[in-house]
Amino acid sequence: MMIKDLYQETISAVTANKARSGLTILGIVIGIASVIALIAVGQGTQDSIKSSIQSIGSNLIMIMPGAQRSGGVSSGMGSAQSLTLDDVTAIGKEISGIKAVAPEISKRYQVVYGSSNTNTSVVGTDVSYQQIRSLEIEAGVFLSAEDINASRKVAVIGPTVRDDLFGEDADPIGKTIKVNNINFKVVGMTKSKGGTGTSTQDDQITVPYTVAQKYFTNNKYVSTISVSAESEDDLSLVQEQITALLLDRHGKTEDEADFRIMNQADIVSAASSIAGTLTMLLAAIAGISLIVGGIGIMNMMLTNVTERTREIGLRKAIGAKKNDISNQFLAESITLTFLGGLIGIALGWAIAWGISQFASLSTNVSWSSIFLAFGVSAAIGIIFGYYPARRAAKLNPIDALRYE
Amino acid sequence: MHKKNQSADEVISCRNINKIYQTGDVVTQVLFDVSFSIKKGEFVAITGPSGSGKSTIMHIIGALDSPSSGSYSLDGQDVSQLSDDELADIRKNKIGFVFQSFNLLKRTSVLRNVILPLVYAEVPAGERHQLAAKALRAAGLDEDRWQHLSNQLSGGQMQRVAIARALVNNPAIILADEPTGNLDTKTGEIVLETFRRLNKEEGHTIVLITHEADVAAHADRIIYIKDGRLADNL
Repeated sequence: MMIKDLYQETISAVTANKARSGLTILGIVIGIASVIALIAVGQGTQDSIKSSIQSIGSNLIMIMPGAQRSGGVSSGMGSAQSLTLDDVTAIGKEISGIKAVAPEISKRYQVVYGSSNTNTSVVGTDVSYQQIRSLEIEAGVFLSAEDINASRKVAVIGPTVRDDLFGEDADPIGKTIKVNNINFKVVGMTKSKGGTGTSTQDDQITVPYTVAQKYFTNNKYVSTISVSAESEDDLSLVQEQITALLLDRHGKTEDEADFRIMNQADIVSAASSIAGTLTMLLAAIAGISLIVGGIGIMNMMLTNVTERTREIGLRKAIGAKKNDISNQFLAESITLTFLGGLIGIALGWAIAWGISQFASLSTNVSWSSIFLAFGVSAAIGIIFGYYPARRAAKLNPIDALRYE
Repeated sequence: MHKKNQSADEVISCRNINKIYQTGDVVTQVLFDVSFSIKKGEFVAITGPSGSGKSTIMHIIGALDSPSSGSYSLDGQDVSQLSDDELADIRKNKIGFVFQSFNLLKRTSVLRNVILPLVYAEVPAGERHQLAAKALRAAGLDEDRWQHLSNQLSGGQMQRVAIARALVNNPAIILADEPTGNLDTKTGEIVLETFRRLNKEEGHTIVLITHEADVAAHADRIIYIKDGRLADNL
């Protein structure tokens, strides 16, 4: 049997029962479309996590206190007080290849303005914080060296804090807010950086670290030290130097380090791998519907073989070989999955677009997911079509011709 | 092992054919030492009551089944011990089947039905239409029906399409299995006359399997089977 004839036989068989072919295709369409759409959501999420981590600063290295240990009890990461302002100064002086270093003394407080109040993160830091965290100023100014040195009670607020306290579009500059019952004058507001969750810098108040130290903590310890390396290539080198310096200053060996240090690249890759796992999970769930679609194909093809037993008998009587028959049925199931795959890709793409338009989730339809979906649908056609096709080919022509 | 006395113009030659079916422990012999031959250009009826074994004979000479023992040669080729795919080739090239229930492809045009054997024979697409038209004319189907779908035809017309399909590969024999069984007497007569004409005017060898004596009477010669044995060559 020639390929062109096989094609013609397949088209006429598929169109002979349009409703059934359509429903069978639908199973594959749903499977493929959900794989494409869910992978797109997963990858979009991965991309937006990446970019929001990248937005927290440039070539950032963060040093945090280690877990506090008393006896065998660990109080958890960051609970210890081991990093001091002297450490910050030492890093700034002794480490080469860094652009800036800043301490962070952060606490959460209830912040009040008039009758409005909000619970937000208050960070006491230095002037260089703006550069390290790539903060841009929307209105007013950032903290100045004088603010720090003179311990002025001034604050730079994030846009979310402005919305919560003053209302959207209000001008907060020059207003006085109460943090922990201490009055602060708002001198500036940062630009929105986007991002979600508790890590967003939009929901934050920045004050001079000298003030934070004096009024909030009353000791020399800091919650975090942020360092900006000069280039991405230097990240790990700078990280090693800081580690060595701090270990030396604290008089600890590497095993008993009382701080934790991580760089932005590590955080990005850790978060990406979590998002990647999430993507795989979504794809696996969608894959189940693809398998169900494949079983639908097999079911239809088996019904087809039974219904067309006499036709198979006739084809054999006029000279069709086993392979002619099995190729014909295999071609039918592959055609169905192929069509389903095409429609499914288009639908998946449309769904991904719709999600990004209406659900404010970013999506990203990648070529690899399209090739994957296409390959899987072709494989389903072959795998689930093979058994019915062999069954048709094996029919005895005499019995098939007699079949009622 | 068998005497080789097959003359050149014998198209079918069956020698000492036995057919035994075995289902589990139950052994059933349906054909006992059947020998006969059919010459090229003959119009022969194989007849007998139901259960006589004539269908089994039909399956063997139609290369749908192989004998348990004995030899069968068709058009000078021994086909008694061939594989399934080799039998398919024999059916494709040497046999044209006409069935009681027509067995046309549904929702498919008359022309496409007749072309189907040419598809399996891998006849080039350009020649198919001409061959099909020739066969349809020989089978006596009006040209204005050729584009109709097979299920839009009457019984007699369907059987003529089936005859055209059997003719299209110019086979060595046309094997008609109860071709009038689903037709009324008058239409049956027309179909039988078509066979008669194809035999006389075009020289086709026709083997008619029937259990009806008056249908068998249309043939030149009747091979009568009873209880799996050849009863009489009339």
